[in-house]
Amino acid sequence: MPKLNSPAELEELRQDILSRREPNKPCIAICAGTGCRALGCDRVIATFKEEVRKQGLVGKVDIKETGCPGFCEKGTVVVIYPQGICYFQVKPEDAAEVVSQTIVAHKVVDHLLYIDPITNEKAAYEKDIPFYKNQMRLLLGNNSKLDPRSIDDYIALGGYSALAKALSQMTSEQVLEEVDKAKLRGRGGGGFPAGRKWKTTRNAPGEIKYVIVNCDEGDPGAFMDRAIMEGNPHSVLEGLIIGAYAIGSCEGFIYVREEYPLAVENLNIAIKQAEDYGFLGENILGSDFNFTVSIYRGAGAFVSGESSALMTAIEGKVGEPRSKYIHTSEKGIWDRPSNLNNVETWANVPPIINNGADWFTSIGTEGSKGTKIFSLVGKVNNTGLVEVPMGMTLRDIIYKIGGGIPEGKKFKAVQTGGPSGGVIPEQFLDTLVDYDELIKLGSMMGSGGMIVMDEDTCMVDIARYFIDFLNDESCGKCAPCREGLKQMLKILNRITQGEGKEGDIELLEELSRIVADSSLCALGGTAPNSVLTTIKYFRDEYEAHIKEKRCPAKVCRSLLSYYIDPEKCQACLICLRNCPVGAINGGKNLIHYIDQEKCTRCGTCMEVCPSRFNAVEKIAGQAVPEPPLQEARVIHRGKS
Amino acid sequence: MKEVTLNIDGKETKAKEGMTILEAAKEIGVRIPTLCYHEGLSPYGACRICSVEIFRDKRSRVVASCTYPVEEGLVVKTDTERIIDIRKMIIELLLARCPNVKVIQDLALEYGVKETRFELENENCILCGLCVRACEEIAGVGAISLVNRGTRREVATPYYEPSTACIGCGSCAYVCPTGAIRMEDKGDTRIVQGSNWKTEFKLKKCEVCGNYWAPEAQLEYIREKANLPPDFFDVCPNCK
Repeated sequence: MPKLNSPAELEELRQDILSRREPNKPCIAICAGTGCRALGCDRVIATFKEEVRKQGLVGKVDIKETGCPGFCEKGTVVVIYPQGICYFQVKPEDAAEVVSQTIVAHKVVDHLLYIDPITNEKAAYEKDIPFYKNQMRLLLGNNSKLDPRSIDDYIALGGYSALAKALSQMTSEQVLEEVDKAKLRGRGGGGFPAGRKWKTTRNAPGEIKYVIVNCDEGDPGAFMDRAIMEGNPHSVLEGLIIGAYAIGSCEGFIYVREEYPLAVENLNIAIKQAEDYGFLGENILGSDFNFTVSIYRGAGAFVSGESSALMTAIEGKVGEPRSKYIHTSEKGIWDRPSNLNNVETWANVPPIINNGADWFTSIGTEGSKGTKIFSLVGKVNNTGLVEVPMGMTLRDIIYKIGGGIPEGKKFKAVQTGGPSGGVIPEQFLDTLVDYDELIKLGSMMGSGGMIVMDEDTCMVDIARYFIDFLNDESCGKCAPCREGLKQMLKILNRITQGEGKEGDIELLEELSRIVADSSLCALGGTAPNSVLTTIKYFRDEYEAHIKEKRCPAKVCRSLLSYYIDPEKCQACLICLRNCPVGAINGGKNLIHYIDQEKCTRCGTCMEVCPSRFNAVEKIAGQAVPEPPLQEARVIHRGKS
Repeated sequence: MKEVTLNIDGKETKAKEGMTILEAAKEIGVRIPTLCYHEGLSPYGACRICSVEIFRDKRSRVVASCTYPVEEGLVVKTDTERIIDIRKMIIELLLARCPNVKVIQDLALEYGVKETRFELENENCILCGLCVRACEEIAGVGAISLVNRGTRREVATPYYEPSTACIGCGSCAYVCPTGAIRMEDKGDTRIVQGSNWKTEFKLKKCEVCGNYWAPEAQLEYIREKANLPPDFFDVCPNCK
């Protein structure tokens, strides 16, 4: 690859790439992100390649392995260009039909289209599919259009033009001013204004300054940053290089968690390509700006996503937070000014430079501008990544995009902000989602986790789950976080096991207040949010556990029993054979019952009982009926 | 060095820039309790017992006084209700962890924490990290460190094995406020041990009095560092 020495040469290259491409040539774009890989997209890709060969279409159709378009619920996702037909849940055995029907005969394969769960209508294009059409995909939109391992794909879509513009038409001050005016806030959790942070680092004394990408995404169920890093790594790199220019840094780090091997792989390729074209290195695009970047792989600690801990880890020490009374933007890695932003924050920079701050501030709410990617998971029909303008309501995200709650169940709450966030109940579903509104409800934006819960979710158990996670992930350095979370977990364990005591709720509240107030870093500072919000909005559930020894959602094992309804049991032996502890009594034509002493409440019987019988039920807060008498248990089946 | 003026518990005071609130408070006789602080070691900010409330622009904030640097015009209060509540809770939590440790019992007495509402454990170590810092910063050895995360955190030698780096100087045991690290000389052997690690050292015999007076490893370490002759430590200081 030739090194590009000026913005004009980049433009020339772009025109050259475009001239070599036929816009009407069919292209089969297959998601090769981690989600679809887990669903077996590797085999789908291989079969498509084989089919193209078999049907004599080599050279007449392209196959592109793309990043994640976000609709993970319906993977493997395949998009056919130039029409933009979306196929979902594509299996290897569908490849022959797609190639012969859509590519050759220009027909749509009906059974692979999106079917609306409510109207049963089919939709073929993004603009007609509710999951996509209600989003605003400024950052994720290109994921299904480019091969993350091809810098030419990125350049063809206008990539690195923002960098060229910044270097050739703007001073570093102007770039910083533009980002500041755009009111871009940090997407990693706190929502700190990026422009202000950049300014602090720029103005801090010291020759050597660092810029850092935080890709230590560790919230359970969240994968926004992974999708960008895997699917469009050049967008992050370009943002980082522009930021380095504005700040006056010539060295950058990208901290990627060890659990993201594909992100590291694609990023390594992207860095090499950017170096070859001269977007990294010395005299970038012919300017006097030099910048290099290296990848640092995290060792798998949630707390290392905290900025001071991350920087300590880059220094080669254990990733533990330190006091930030002097900001890391002034004294970070090796006490040098270090500007850290999250993956999504950096990816927002190129569009801001290209389109201007006024364009960016036209999107969103008063205090939160632009879009935000959420990982919409849990009890919701359309799980996946959704990118929406700031200020959309929770209801629209969950119902319009997410397609509501599966199996006709009732919505109970949504947990936002990952383990540091809180739960938000139904009465606040019309809240506009932005940094400030979520804080007002006791939760937070965090990095964009959004876990939907239905009526079958126990809120005490949810609080217990998050405290258990944080108790494991606390670094253990400061006493309130380490000892406080440990005791909170013990209390929550007791409550969910039916051993809660009068005063436990008040003790949890008191402990939460102190842990939040006195911990060393934001992990401890926000850790009690899940406890505080579940108590605030679902105190009755805590009380039911403590006072009545009842779990209203029938989740907490110690507080429920499984019972076989003798009226419904058909003595089919399925549960009896599947029970792992041999707790089910019965036989052929003999109605089954559960020995409550032996039962471990694993729920296997309920899972395996055929839905046409539906004989197993959960009982909470009341005595289990006695098993029927022996003679009443015999089923007499007449021969028909 | 530049001086700043700040107010601690209503007393105006001047402090050198770069000092911490804790140091400035000490100079004017305001006592703030500490557990993980030692004037000879770098500040750590882990026990949070030295938390104080600072006021600025009508807003207040809790900070660890051992790490927060003094600022011009800073208003500090060391004994507000919010601070006392924090200290009491931390004491209660540490009392549950280490019910038999005297420094914690003393603090509990001072703050009127009669009993802990939490499940009792029986640890001796409060994880203040003084030993680890003394080993690294004073002895310059780094034989022990804080290992594992969260509630599994503990002070240990690498892989809990007798340390080959340790010189047996006993700085860790000396600085430990709870007795969790113990040091004992028995005949020609010194034993330094924590709750799950133990290292033994051969002691040097004085050629004059015949007493075993210091670990050979430590003397060798000093001799090399200070470039002393090979026979420098053959005789103990008492007989020299």
